[in-house]
Amino acid sequence: MSEAPLNEADPRWHLRVRGLVKSFGTKIVLDQVDLDIERGKVNVIIGASGAGKSVLIKHFMCLLRPDRGSIWVDGTDVFALGGQALSKFRRKFGLVFQFAALFDSLTVEENCAFPLREHTKLSTAEIKGIVRDRLAALGLDGMQPMYPGSLSGGQRKRVGLARALVLEPEILMFDEPTTGLDPLATRNVDEMILAVVERYKVTSVVISHDMASVFRIADRIAMLHDRRILASGTVDEIKASTEPYLYEFIRTSGVAAAGAP
Amino acid sequence: MTAPAPAPPPPPLPPKTSVLADVATGIHDAFAPVVRALDRFGDHIILLGRSLAWLPRRPFRPANYLEACEYIGVGSLPIVLLVGLFTGMVMGLQAVFAFRQFQLESFAGGTTGKALAVELAPVLSALMLSGRAGAGIATELGTMRITEQIDALESMAVSPLQFLILPRIIAGMLMAPILSLLFFIIGMAGCYFMAVVVHHVDHGQFVLHTRDLLTTTDVVQGMLKSIVFGLIVILIGCYQGYNASGGGRGVGMGTTRAVVFASVAILISDYFLTDILLRVMSSDAGLK
Repeated sequence: MSEAPLNEADPRWHLRVRGLVKSFGTKIVLDQVDLDIERGKVNVIIGASGAGKSVLIKHFMCLLRPDRGSIWVDGTDVFALGGQALSKFRRKFGLVFQFAALFDSLTVEENCAFPLREHTKLSTAEIKGIVRDRLAALGLDGMQPMYPGSLSGGQRKRVGLARALVLEPEILMFDEPTTGLDPLATRNVDEMILAVVERYKVTSVVISHDMASVFRIADRIAMLHDRRILASGTVDEIKASTEPYLYEFIRTSGVAAAGAP
Repeated sequence: MTAPAPAPPPPPLPPKTSVLADVATGIHDAFAPVVRALDRFGDHIILLGRSLAWLPRRPFRPANYLEACEYIGVGSLPIVLLVGLFTGMVMGLQAVFAFRQFQLESFAGGTTGKALAVELAPVLSALMLSGRAGAGIATELGTMRITEQIDALESMAVSPLQFLILPRIIAGMLMAPILSLLFFIIGMAGCYFMAVVVHHVDHGQFVLHTRDLLTTTDVVQGMLKSIVFGLIVILIGCYQGYNASGGGRGVGMGTTRAVVFASVAILISDYFLTDILLRVMSSDAGLK
């Protein structure tokens, strides 16, 4: 399948990373990373803790700038943007943080309403309506007046997701959505991610090292190891990979990798 | 006869260095703390500049400014008033006893007033502000940093500089002179109480000498200093919070640094500000 030039939108690849290099001080975290994110699919990036997965996705929306390399979203060079254009571009993304990163001083409703208040001219009643709709879709209706401090870990993540969804992002990113959750809550979050992708037709990028969860939700998997992408492909391709580190990573997680030696 | 043990290899020679290189390294190491301090100073200026650059840009979010004014100004009011009252009282007491030796107790109001207006009110109210608002801001922003709330703001296309830091800096520069003025007023009330009510200094004499010695210029000078102190306290608090790292311990250390650095910076900058202000707007009305 031929690929459109980087400066044009490609029908299959929503976001394309080319030759990304990032170092902090003398420590090189990412070295020549190339990665394609498929439109409308669940793209999972796996890798050991501290491999630089979060650093990588923070580049997607220009929360970090690389030393070298580029990222293209629908033909737009992300790092060429600045000021208003960057601000507008970032609204294409929804980012669900590892620990939700809800504002402690605001209620659940105010947290979810925050992006709408900042970026739209909707009336208070309209905002309330949208927030109620998103919260209800995630089973949180009625929790509007509560403060983040009084929510459980799973609830906080769902509120974080609701907040990321209110501006109807094109690309939804999850930073380790299931870390620190019990098996049932993990399955709930997985189902929630699938439901959201289905309902809102978004491209999603998930960072995880929980392989059971990865195989439940992923359409595509990319492995980040030793500062670069070790392997990437569909779930079956990854399961069939003979790459020793990848095989070991999947095997140790206790989820059977079919086809490997 | 056993063979003699082979001689141990000679220890490696230390790498050859020239005397000049040693001297250069020595100078470099000796000045490293100075360089680091200048580096930090520059970081603060950059943070201030980048925040102020957001001032004329929409959205203006007046609510954030009001909230910051309430936290910094209204929140610090009780402690500033309490400290102001007792400072004025103790200064009044000391002045009455010192001047009594020359039967000049009625000068207590004027001298205390001058000391309060130009030095004590701006400096002490700024120190109180750093202990309360500076530390509070460092902790709040530091917690937001380590729990990724600042990243979350940015991910929602909201500048943390515009949303969090700018309103606090402006509020600090607005509120500090007001707090200093109130410190001065309540301090004078405390001084009047000690001198006139407790130690029976004549009311008319007290007021007369106060009006002779104390000028509007003194009060304005104190308030101008306060604006700078307010900026220093809040900027350092914001810097320590915004750049926090290393979990709860890091936030705690940042808060400590915010108070210590701000206190030192207030006292050092006070000297330079006083020097400048005395040249520009010296008040010698009382000596004429």
